Amino acid sequence: MVTDRRGFLKLAGLTAMTAILGKFTGNAARALAAPLRRASGTESGPEALAGQGLSDKAPKNAKRLAMVVDLEKCRKKAQCRDCIIACHQEHNVPQMTDPKDEVKWIWKEEFSHVFHEQEHEFLQENYRHTPVPLLCNHCEKPACVKVCPTKATWKRESDGIVMMDWHRCIGCRYCMAACPYGSRSFNWRDPRPFIKNLNQEFPTRTRGVVEKCTFCERRLAQGKQPACVQACKAKALIFGDLNDPQSDARKALGAKYSLRRKPGLGTGPKVYYLL
Amino acid sequence: MRIYDAGKIITGLLIFLALVTLPFWFNAVSGKSSHVPDPQIAPDTPRCVRDKDYMKANHMDLLNKWRNQVVRRGERKFMTADGRQFDMSFSRTCLKCHANQQKFCAQCHDYAAVKLYCWDCHVEPGTIKKGSSWR
Repeated sequence: MVTDRRGFLKLAGLTAMTAILGKFTGNAARALAAPLRRASGTESGPEALAGQGLSDKAPKNAKRLAMVVDLEKCRKKAQCRDCIIACHQEHNVPQMTDPKDEVKWIWKEEFSHVFHEQEHEFLQENYRHTPVPLLCNHCEKPACVKVCPTKATWKRESDGIVMMDWHRCIGCRYCMAACPYGSRSFNWRDPRPFIKNLNQEFPTRTRGVVEKCTFCERRLAQGKQPACVQACKAKALIFGDLNDPQSDARKALGAKYSLRRKPGLGTGPKVYYLL
Repeated sequence: MRIYDAGKIITGLLIFLALVTLPFWFNAVSGKSSHVPDPQIAPDTPRCVRDKDYMKANHMDLLNKWRNQVVRRGERKFMTADGRQFDMSFSRTCLKCHANQQKFCAQCHDYAAVKLYCWDCHVEPGTIKKGSSWR
């Protein structure tokens, strides 16, 4: 085929026009279809994945639930395990006999281990050995959510809780590898025989499932405080919405200097420790 | 035509037939085939969220739907067709009436040999099961 200059220019112009038009209509179609897809509640495709917490888009009145731990109050009763007992009883967390199989939602660790970046040889003795309660940080950008292949864990847009659906968990433990806080536990064996007092109203887990703290989303739905917060007699655990300047959590954060675990990783942990 | 050893062969055939049809005989004699599952719910309970026929055929779909709505979307209220409101909770709504796994679920599920894995995690109502059936 012989192409003269005029023919070539016509073809090139037409191609460019189609490309531009195609891009525009494609975007428009996607934009039109997005609310429909959201309304019908289908959970497939990359758009749905973005809605599952990988994006920063959140509803307007969304909460950002967070936990504030007042270490000064907690330290006064170093041996206290009220929060741990209450949480583990509420959620049927097994007491494994072999420490290798340990399952934990909330636990304690020495200050110098938790904040090892902050530790130095002249750290006040009382701080060095302060037991620090640890739990899932319900990160703003949870690494565990990004790696989960089945969407068994996701960040809830309405309040920022990093949720788990144990029905969907296939036990690949990617989330455990991704979590920089060690907040997730794996059920290496059937947990049932290791639960002393079974809470009839909460499920247990099975072998091969990962579990972690859920900020007691079930209790929150009933208008209650998380079990650990309610159990803490020293009132060292303060729970609230970071978006609400009047919340207890925000007031507590405004009153004292606070630390978070490994903030440099950019996960945006939402458990704060008051010094 | 003549069959050699007719007596032995015919006796053998009869024995073979009797053995092959044994399951039918056995059921007819033992009366087990006439057993019909009889699921029982707790007395004095409110009407179910859907009618019996629907539930008989589709309870698994409803449970799936409820699970996804509660666990994944945080929607917990269910409105029945006649305007009654229920908390979408397996443990705290369903199991309050269907309060005995053996007398309710197992009746049909054993009969139809459909294995349940609900009780691997959810606490079986009325009983505390030790160990799960998980592979």
